[in-house]
Amino acid sequence: MEDIEKPFETRELTINLGPQHPATHGVLRLVLNLDGETVVKCTPYVGYLHRGVEKLGENRTYFAALPLSDRLDYISSMNNNVGYVNAVEKLFGIEAPERAKFIRTIVAEMSRLSSHIIWLGTHVLDIGATTPFLHAMAQRERLLDLFEMLCGARLTVSYPRVGGVRNDISQEFLDKLYEFILEFPDRMDDYETLVTENRIWKDRTVGVGVISAEEAVNWGLTGGTLRGSGVDYDVRKYAPYDAYDKVEFDIPIGKNGDCYDRYVVRVEEMRQANRIIKQCIEKLPAGPVMADSPKFTLPSKDMVLKDMEHLIHQFILITKGPTVPEGEVYMGTEVPKGELGFYFISDGTGRPYRMRVRAPSFIHASVLPRLSEGGLVADVIANIGTIDIVLGECDR
Amino acid sequence: METLQIAEKIKERFPEEVLDVKEFRGQVSATLKKDRILEICRYLHDEPELYFDYLIDVCGVDCLGKKEKRFEVVYHLYSIKHRHAIRLKAEVEEKDASIDSVMPVWVGVNWHERECFDMYGIIFKGHPDLRRILLPEDWEGYPLRKDYPVMGPEKEWSGFLTVLDKAKRFREFEWHE
Repeated sequence: MEDIEKPFETRELTINLGPQHPATHGVLRLVLNLDGETVVKCTPYVGYLHRGVEKLGENRTYFAALPLSDRLDYISSMNNNVGYVNAVEKLFGIEAPERAKFIRTIVAEMSRLSSHIIWLGTHVLDIGATTPFLHAMAQRERLLDLFEMLCGARLTVSYPRVGGVRNDISQEFLDKLYEFILEFPDRMDDYETLVTENRIWKDRTVGVGVISAEEAVNWGLTGGTLRGSGVDYDVRKYAPYDAYDKVEFDIPIGKNGDCYDRYVVRVEEMRQANRIIKQCIEKLPAGPVMADSPKFTLPSKDMVLKDMEHLIHQFILITKGPTVPEGEVYMGTEVPKGELGFYFISDGTGRPYRMRVRAPSFIHASVLPRLSEGGLVADVIANIGTIDIVLGECDR
Repeated sequence: METLQIAEKIKERFPEEVLDVKEFRGQVSATLKKDRILEICRYLHDEPELYFDYLIDVCGVDCLGKKEKRFEVVYHLYSIKHRHAIRLKAEVEEKDASIDSVMPVWVGVNWHERECFDMYGIIFKGHPDLRRILLPEDWEGYPLRKDYPVMGPEKEWSGFLTVLDKAKRFREFEWHE
């Protein structure tokens, strides 16, 4: 090596990562300027999945815009529905009955589990471990089967409704879910044996994509991405909705704010979700699952088929929409990705004057340059996995 | 601190700027003039008693025909330390649709402001990289404005026409031996 007097002439190289790339978890495009293996500049391009959800929402009634929220983060649509109906209920000034709140908490946590399973599977797959992906997806399949049993749909569920939930849950469903819940911690142990203390895994994630607590808050990060840096901000604790104030659970936080800590936080979150579901099943109260406020909630289907007045009632609510008080409401809920917020401005008609979706993936994608610049190309892939983005939500 | 008290504090500090304070469902929103928005945000962020360290969201609103000034830029602030929130609304007129960027205070507002520019055409002064974000660079019009048709403009986007043209040419392609 000493013979070489002049070093090689090097120049910056620009490469295109995505939009069609399996490791970008959707259609995210990154333009990377490289100096050797080091990333000098990273520019994300989003918008390939833009469908104009906000514009569409402004032109539909509050009931009809609910299925749009399924299509935001399509792997945890139950959480989006819960966020949407909670925001609308706050605007209407109604409250769901106790049983409906517990059911919503159960399904939201099930959805959180299924979303985190996908995150775990794909994140470790990107970095090189295939086995956890295959095993994790099998567990997700069981959860999706339960969703199908509950409402007939596996992914785009639209199960929670404004004022409650669509239908009551059956004992058979509860039994199957309880069986799953009892078994799941063992499965988690299996995955953790494969990954958590794995030497290669640690080499690839410890000290990668570090962001300090203060900076993470300043960037507006939420969810597991923020808690990995050591901030215990969780909407479920800070501003409880549904039945979260009636169950016990912990908020796991990290210390160093690197990819590994974010991994540990999310894995612990799965165990906590498991705990929440268990408590909810045990405490599930009896009663109706739909609020009794005829001005804002749809009548039950069998009454509509039997009774003229109910038919008229349903017809008017569906076509004109409810008469909503003028005002504006922001409501944030904790979805697997972070804080999903809905902001409604009502002008007194049946349609929102402005519907704004605060999507966590959108903010998390914007922090990618901050995490990646100065690191290696291979770490960009680790960073994309660790911020856990879904592009359907990012682009809306 | 109670949310109304926060609004009072802003009023005390910037008496000229606060136009209106409203409460609905326990959430307080303060309507402001746009000129000193950066200063107000910096005050809310730095004052230890308030310490709004987390900017939840920034979005635009088109009040076409409802208000004298056409646009509003809405800021949702939250303090993780004190657990209080407030909503700021800055009025922006159509003729001079521009407002100061608050990026010096919260760096995460970058993409929110780009999106607001993309959807409403509001210019954020001092933003380092104000480009369209969700729509293509050469898109015409601002989709979330109320006078923009829901079904989209009559004229197709040039990029889409290119794709259609390409598809047509490929369909007509014939193999020659």
